[in-house]
Amino acid sequence: MTVTQTPNGFKLDDSGKRIVVDPVTRIEGHMRCEVNLDENNVIRNAVSSGTMWRGLEVILKGRDPRDAWAFTERICGVCTGTHALTSVRAVEDALGISIPENANSIRNIMQLTLQVHDHLVHFYHLHALDWVDVVSALKADPKATSELAQSISPWAKSSPGYFHDIATRLKKFVESGQLGPFANGYWGNPAYKLPPEANLMAVAHYLEALDFQKEIVKIHTVYGGKNPHPNWLVGGVPCAINVDDIGAVGGINMERLNLVSSIIDQTIEFIEQVYLPDLQAIASFYKDWLYGGGLSSTNVLAYGDIPEKANDPSADNLRLPRGAIINGNLKEIHEVDLRDPAQIQEFVTHSWYRYPDDEIGLHPFDGVTEPNFVLGRNTKGTRTNIENLDESAKYSWIKAPRWRGHAMEVGPLARYIVGYAKGMPEIKEPVDKLLRDLGLPLDALFSTLGRTAARGLEAQYCARLMRHFQDKLMRNIKAGDLSTANVAKWEPKTWPAEARGVGTTEAPRGALGHWVKVKDGKIENYQCIVPTTWNGSPRDPAGNVGAFEAALMNTQVEKAEEPLEILRTLHSFDPCLACSTHVMDRDGQELTRIRVR
Amino acid sequence: MNRILILGIGNVLWADEGFGVRVVQALQRNYDFPESVRLMDGGTQGLALLPYVQEADTLIIADAVDFKCDPGTLVELRDAEVPAYLGAKKMSLHQVSFQEVLALGELLGHTPRHLYLVGVQPCVLEDYGGSLSEPVKAMLEPAMARILQYLAELDIVVEKRTQAGPDSDPLGMAAYEARRPSAGEACRVGDERFLALRSD
Repeated sequence: MTVTQTPNGFKLDDSGKRIVVDPVTRIEGHMRCEVNLDENNVIRNAVSSGTMWRGLEVILKGRDPRDAWAFTERICGVCTGTHALTSVRAVEDALGISIPENANSIRNIMQLTLQVHDHLVHFYHLHALDWVDVVSALKADPKATSELAQSISPWAKSSPGYFHDIATRLKKFVESGQLGPFANGYWGNPAYKLPPEANLMAVAHYLEALDFQKEIVKIHTVYGGKNPHPNWLVGGVPCAINVDDIGAVGGINMERLNLVSSIIDQTIEFIEQVYLPDLQAIASFYKDWLYGGGLSSTNVLAYGDIPEKANDPSADNLRLPRGAIINGNLKEIHEVDLRDPAQIQEFVTHSWYRYPDDEIGLHPFDGVTEPNFVLGRNTKGTRTNIENLDESAKYSWIKAPRWRGHAMEVGPLARYIVGYAKGMPEIKEPVDKLLRDLGLPLDALFSTLGRTAARGLEAQYCARLMRHFQDKLMRNIKAGDLSTANVAKWEPKTWPAEARGVGTTEAPRGALGHWVKVKDGKIENYQCIVPTTWNGSPRDPAGNVGAFEAALMNTQVEKAEEPLEILRTLHSFDPCLACSTHVMDRDGQELTRIRVR
Repeated sequence: MNRILILGIGNVLWADEGFGVRVVQALQRNYDFPESVRLMDGGTQGLALLPYVQEADTLIIADAVDFKCDPGTLVELRDAEVPAYLGAKKMSLHQVSFQEVLALGELLGHTPRHLYLVGVQPCVLEDYGGSLSEPVKAMLEPAMARILQYLAELDIVVEKRTQAGPDSDPLGMAAYEARRPSAGEACRVGDERFLALRSD
């Protein structure tokens, strides 16, 4: 039995029974989680491990930096475009390339589209089933469901007949035995708190959101030329504007611009009339379940994104905030400099990589990605079939990034805490209103539910920003500016012999950075720190736990053999293991194994 | 109108796992399709493919699938045979499996009436950053021929282009292969546990 106090304030006790969840499902990629429960089923030790190795950085060596975006776009099955955007920004930063205003607006619309789409799909399709009991929905009274729906929103699809149809369809689907997305749920677990009617309403909106997502992604097709893997361009965007053109091919014309505009209107309506009312209705039943805060009340980090003007890197120019908060001091927001080797370092003491000296962290410009799969003495099982990890040694394919030595949480909640602390009215006012409506204090924000709520509010904010940048683009075009790309430095002969740059975005899951070194026209080194590297990081040499591990600590689990609460909190981060580690898995359909001993 | 989606699934950065995408890219470069046929590089996307699948009356999938047969073998499956393979035997990273995408389509009340899958048994998956192995690459033409034959059964006329379209994509097979860094520059192997599992 070992009890350890971490420098970042958590008491770890690994004496209780150990539970293994592997893989954690309804996420992108592969992740394993082990926890120790005390005699009251409270989590007293948490271990999060990325179970795939990422080789993306090494295969980029020697490639043309203008092509890097296309490779990075393939490292994830969800947020393709955000990696591409981060990559082109890194290369532009290295080579000193500025972009036209129209390119900035179009990139913002692409990135915001991704944010909104990802948040919506996350809430309904990856996370809702941690709060919503599908089987309970079958017991709902359609008439009472209709009354509930009409009491919270003017959304038109709310008649008793509509909910009756949904219930019938759901029943048929469940009875066919082909549960698909609803397989492996812990239906009936006492941790589910919604009445059947709220469950049925949520299931109906699960289906509507699934249907609606097809509209949102059309924006990527318009500005990116295609979807799911839109085109990007170092120096701007690869779409010409020709307002007098007609049809769906050729340049962007008025018809295409109007299509985007109409999709933005529908998106705002769906978020405001479906997503946010659902979020608030579900939250009202879970107000007492305020576990999962983890690092959010102390250490959060955002790189910022969505520049209002092109080529202005200052924090004031960003519509999604940049800054770091440490030790819970909301009165002081630290400026973040991604080039500063004293600020950002990655450690591999507990990661399956090798550094010249494992105890010393490296800034990403000097980052090394060299695999070193070794297991600690106390590992149970074999190298190919691990029963229990030994977290005192190396135990994850995720590195441990730190900001000035601190483990940080990133993501929508981190962005909203930084924005709130900065007093940005477009962030602070909706947060205050939601908390007031639910009768909760500010502290309630630092929780699993707070993470889920921040994502919903951010979806609304981002959808309105889409409107803003679409209008700005239209105004600029009408004023005669049709420029979308700057190709002055396209040819490698215009580049310096050696250059290095950093590109950042706020991906749906949080702060994302790519660091590139270019030498003689080729990529010499490429490093990515993705949001789930921050959130899912293992321990560092000082013993600080990462955001996932911190968030699981001290959570009461209703049933040890049904770790619903663990999934709920992990899912609230929207983990994306496919890019935090990479791509070697055997069978994506393996059922989650839960082992208790 | 019979709306047809030809969907290539897989990760082109991972040797034979990229087969499906390469089939679709080759079809697009070499043939002219009528408007009712849409070609799509689905990559490793999951739920994001649902809208396109829902819109299709006929779904044609090209993919690398573990059929437990000799490496490089081409296999075709139709209709009810397809979903089972896309769930249980899929060797890819899409956590939301394609089987799940089809199930969700059904729940929404729109699924393709006809399914057709042409798959290859991969030879090499351990070559990270690599292209198709020779035996699998040799199956590109036969896979395209099978798909064209299936289209012919549906009375879809496809014209071969007199000249292949440009391969300007940085991830196009030629550029991807030609500009690959050496094994010394860029590590090509993956997770030891995965490699050990692969050999059993």
